[in-house]
Amino acid sequence: MAQGMGMFTVPQTIGTVLCCKCGILMQPNAANMCAKCLRSEIDITEGLQKHVIINHCPECDCYLQPPRTWIKAQLESKELLTFCVKRLKNLNKVRLVHAEFIWTEPHSKRIKVKLRVQKEVLNGAILEQAYTVEYVVQDQMCESCSRVQANPDQWVAAVQLRQHVSHRRTFFYLEQLILKHDAAKYAIRIKQMDQGIDFFFNNRSHGVKFVEFVGKVAPIRSRSDKQLVSHDPKSNNYNYKYTFSVEICPICREDLICLPPRLHVSLGNLGPLVICNKVSNSLALLDPLTLRQCYLDAEQYWRSSFKALLSSRQLVEYIVFDIEPFSPEVNVGGSRHVLANAQVARVSDFGKNDTIFNITTHLGHILKPGDYALGYDLYSANHNDIELDKYKDPKFPEVVLIKKSYEEKRQRKHGKPRSWKLKTLDMEVDNTAKGKDHEEKVNSEYEQFLRDLEENPDLRFNLSLYRNKEYQPSEMASITDGEDVPSIPLDELLADLDLSDEEDGDESMKE
Amino acid sequence: MATRLQYENNSEVGVFSKLTNAYCLVAIGGSENFYSTFEAELADVIPVVKTSIGGTRIIGRLCAGNKNGLLLPHTTTDQELQHLRNSLPDSVVVQRIEERLSALGNCIACNDHVALTHPDLDKETEEMIADVLGVEVFRQTIAGNILVGSYCAFSNRGGLVHPHTSIEDLDELSTLLQVPLVAGTVNRGSEVIAAGMTVNDWTAFCGSDTTATELSVIESVFKLREAQPSALVDEMRKSLIDTYV
Repeated sequence: MAQGMGMFTVPQTIGTVLCCKCGILMQPNAANMCAKCLRSEIDITEGLQKHVIINHCPECDCYLQPPRTWIKAQLESKELLTFCVKRLKNLNKVRLVHAEFIWTEPHSKRIKVKLRVQKEVLNGAILEQAYTVEYVVQDQMCESCSRVQANPDQWVAAVQLRQHVSHRRTFFYLEQLILKHDAAKYAIRIKQMDQGIDFFFNNRSHGVKFVEFVGKVAPIRSRSDKQLVSHDPKSNNYNYKYTFSVEICPICREDLICLPPRLHVSLGNLGPLVICNKVSNSLALLDPLTLRQCYLDAEQYWRSSFKALLSSRQLVEYIVFDIEPFSPEVNVGGSRHVLANAQVARVSDFGKNDTIFNITTHLGHILKPGDYALGYDLYSANHNDIELDKYKDPKFPEVVLIKKSYEEKRQRKHGKPRSWKLKTLDMEVDNTAKGKDHEEKVNSEYEQFLRDLEENPDLRFNLSLYRNKEYQPSEMASITDGEDVPSIPLDELLADLDLSDEEDGDESMKE
Repeated sequence: MATRLQYENNSEVGVFSKLTNAYCLVAIGGSENFYSTFEAELADVIPVVKTSIGGTRIIGRLCAGNKNGLLLPHTTTDQELQHLRNSLPDSVVVQRIEERLSALGNCIACNDHVALTHPDLDKETEEMIADVLGVEVFRQTIAGNILVGSYCAFSNRGGLVHPHTSIEDLDELSTLLQVPLVAGTVNRGSEVIAAGMTVNDWTAFCGSDTTATELSVIESVFKLREAQPSALVDEMRKSLIDTYV
């Protein structure tokens, strides 16, 4: 600044003084003592730990961070160095400048770390000093390893996921969601059960977290229980096994529902005959005759807890003779619908009688004369639904169409592999008691689920689909007529990450 | 020769004493040791006077003086002033001055010919210093410190200054003072030179923490090894005799 103002400043050369102890020439510092004398005078590592005992789990290569955290670290790794430095007490009194490992034999059970520390001494002089800390590694098995050693099958929390319906579609979908979000990462065992899946965890909080996850993707009702396993009155320790019973609501996508009168009124005279359009943590109910849609969250559902009038297994195939849209295209909750009058007949009646139904449908935008469609046959259905009986004079349509059918076109493609695949959970299946037809039923349900995924982009929206490497597109694929069976575009698929140990796992499975 | 001593377990002996070529002031303390060390060294040459200034013992930091005079701060009581006038030789002018900065010892460093002062001293004080002490006055700083009286000590033969003084400053100061200067420390690395020691032309008193290295620096720069109270006279006589013969 003085130079900027054009002032004359004298250059300052730092002089030398004699060190006050040994008398060598040196630059003046705060203590006016040379570094060697200062070091001999003051030991800044005094009071710092030089020997530390650390606990190491030989099974999983973890180190104990008191009081009870176990940190996974390799020898000579950055993590281990951080851990070692953190274990030192009183290190906050000095400034740590550098830390490094000194190599020791791995089986010597000793880790040596060289540290350089700085500290302010004698009115403002900063002294730097290096010293080594020796860590004695004591083996102690961590809690989870010792538990596994004692009894490999021990679980603390079990989540019993159930849906009381006759098919497993919901679980196929849920399996994919769990895989996508890695929700069952901590599960030690997954077991397929009748009408559901059991998940076992070795920590209660993992179970709770999983139940919370399921609550976010499906309308559920859960309760938990605990059973006392052991009890130590001296230390007041209680050892429990926790069980979470989670029930998923039995309404699935494409189900036909007759709403209970009270709900019918409270939803503003919706329905009472509605289609369940979508299931997430709430149910989307669509009235096919008015295109009104309502959402019902889990709490609201369980308050009235109705059942489906007809479900997707009872779908009947119809042929469409004529269709006349009479409303503009309406966007209902993300999907488009057009109300139309349609003339349909059951495929099974075809050529036997002339039963033709004149109905209203919400599928006016995709159906064309000559198409096949799947719907519920209320004309011939025999239902004993309590809710239905509560309506004094129910005026229900004879047919409710649900979706377009691609069955005819699929027949042509039958047996060809798909260009994509899904991952599966590592699940234990107990098939011994059931027959071969059970297996066939499961396979056909799974095939149906895969077709659903192909037909509904919003269903596969939050799932991970992987490229099938074995799939080779055939030449036939290029010669297609205008309207093809819906398939999944290639850009939606993920390349599967194949790690070598995963392959090893596959091989061992084959063996 | 330089002597190491303590004042009541405190090494800052320059605070509790004032040594010039014509007299020595010593603080009144609990123990007689401090006083008797001065007495043993100086008794047969110059008067050693026990006193307080303004009722305090930190006399070395409150007064400034040389063989010609003694300046006392305005806090000095009349009794103390009278006591000093009675005890000191008649040739020494004792003067109390009205200066806002009352720690004159911290603000003024002087030998018998030159004085360095704090840059903020009054003009009247500066004149008074020149008159009473018979010196040339320079307003200066030592290594950026305005308390020149604390950070340097010099006699007519040499001087010790703050260790951080740059070589250029050292040259300038030694040109002003016309004595050789070195940067150094007392009391095992303390940079408050004048607090740790008090010095005249033939002897020095340092705090007991002073190391042998520091002591040897002090002895060599103040030329204390060959110095005796009579050395000056001897030297003069030699040259006189030389010219005479």
